[in-house]
Amino acid sequence: MTSVTAISAQRTTSLDVAAIRQDCPILRQRVHGKPLVYLDNAATTQKPQVVIDRLTRYYVAENANVHRGVHWLSERATDAYEEARATLRRFLNAAQPQEIVFVRGTTEAINLVAQSYGRSHVGAGDEIVISTMEHHSNIVPWQILCEEKKARLRIIPMTDAGELDLDAYEKLLSDRTRMVSVVHVSNALGTINPVEEIVRIAHQRGIPVLVDGAQAVAHTKVDVQALGCDFYTLSGHKMLGPTGIGVLYGRSSLLEAMPPYQSGGDMIRSVTFERTLYNTLPYKFEAGTPNIAGAIALGAAIGYLTNAGLDRIAAHEHELLEYGTAALSQIPGVRLIGTARQKAGILSFVVDGVHPHDVGTILDREGVAIRTGHHCCQPLMNRLGVAATARASLALYNTREEIDALTAGLSKVGEVFA
Amino acid sequence: MSDLQDLYQEVILDHNRRPRNFRALDAGRKAEGYNPLCGDRLTVYLRVEDDVIKDATFQGSGCAISKASASLMTDVVKGKTVAEAEALFDRFHRVVTAPPDATVEDLGKLSVLAGVRQFPVRVKCATLAWYALRAAVEARDEIVSTE
Repeated sequence: MTSVTAISAQRTTSLDVAAIRQDCPILRQRVHGKPLVYLDNAATTQKPQVVIDRLTRYYVAENANVHRGVHWLSERATDAYEEARATLRRFLNAAQPQEIVFVRGTTEAINLVAQSYGRSHVGAGDEIVISTMEHHSNIVPWQILCEEKKARLRIIPMTDAGELDLDAYEKLLSDRTRMVSVVHVSNALGTINPVEEIVRIAHQRGIPVLVDGAQAVAHTKVDVQALGCDFYTLSGHKMLGPTGIGVLYGRSSLLEAMPPYQSGGDMIRSVTFERTLYNTLPYKFEAGTPNIAGAIALGAAIGYLTNAGLDRIAAHEHELLEYGTAALSQIPGVRLIGTARQKAGILSFVVDGVHPHDVGTILDREGVAIRTGHHCCQPLMNRLGVAATARASLALYNTREEIDALTAGLSKVGEVFA
Repeated sequence: MSDLQDLYQEVILDHNRRPRNFRALDAGRKAEGYNPLCGDRLTVYLRVEDDVIKDATFQGSGCAISKASASLMTDVVKGKTVAEAEALFDRFHRVVTAPPDATVEDLGKLSVLAGVRQFPVRVKCATLAWYALRAAVEARDEIVSTE
């Protein structure tokens, strides 16, 4: 009994990072003669061999169009595609598989909601509430909607540390608010927003909530029913999966009532030149041949993440975040941007007197890949009073040695710009 | 470090720290250069008389490369005709976009930026001010973008 307890305790605390690194072939590469230190995971994550193999296997052995053919291959492709949907349902703990809509990524998911739900529910004088720390993909679709409908975009303010002001949020809501759309984890700051609380406050007034989960799903367990949100969006490539595939989770009662976003094949039940009957969920929102291979490989990526254990991944990344925060805080001239109490593995920073682009170039020559710029969050950068930041973002395969390579690279920056 | 030393030469670091001609001009032509990839913004001001650039200045924020390039450019184009300045931009553009190991034309002071050709993603930083200059001489008071 004792040994069983010991083993399960170990399972919940430690991640086999060395094995995970072995599983991701790209991490063996050298860059400019140095080992690759990949710290740009918020932009996109690297892919384990099982995900790459799943793509290949689909094209080698299963490729056919889905939901159409009566032939054997088409059946296999359809089964694999729908199995991926079932995997996503379990992963997000959605109530039903038809609440999982495959899209290209978070951007398309938000556009779908803004165009379909938004255009049928928002009118002149109505309001949409978003936050200061949104990615452009959770700003521009609502801006376009507001412009068309003569509606108004309201912005939840933020503290200097990068935490949303919930009192101000509550005051922003009114009987004209038609939607709240907020990011779960900020890509530029790492802030983990209190989504449950945000949803609870909105639901008291009957306002639906969309949560942009692009930066959350590979780093923390997400349960859409526990969060209570009405829409949740994710991008496969930020969670070890391929590019060009993502998910919109939508509460079925809302999705049922929404008009189609795109139209064409697969989303119809019957078409005459006089009238078209739409297909049922989720196919109503999946016009055209979907990214079948991408969805199936995303299923494999989720299998990989689940196997590694999201609790263990979160604990590992949190430990690295604390290590990195302490290390960067000790470098003279380095200032961390985003110091929320609840943070995911993102280290955004500026270096006194050195532009982030110059920091990025010097680090690159050390083999260290980070992102520099505004991170598609220009309004947030304006709020923070910086033009850009440098950002190291962590994933399950990162190590303390890689944080050390980052800090060593930053000393080089200091030397060059001394 | 040799590539890096080519890029961040002492002259460039000096122009980054103490940019020359870093001020606005009240009268004359101006145009803004914007690099949407990094958010860098530079405004170039020109006083042109009888087709000769009598004064050139700039303001804005950017990385070491874009600031040093703007600083050097405003120094170099002073006294040149508009046509000479435009021709110089073409030659400069050829130098910074040449293959990394190619021999390139000597552009005098501007040659300190030749190391940029080893960093293709940074070419836009080096040319941002020049695009703004071109827009200013053409008297297009608008934001020119590197994209």
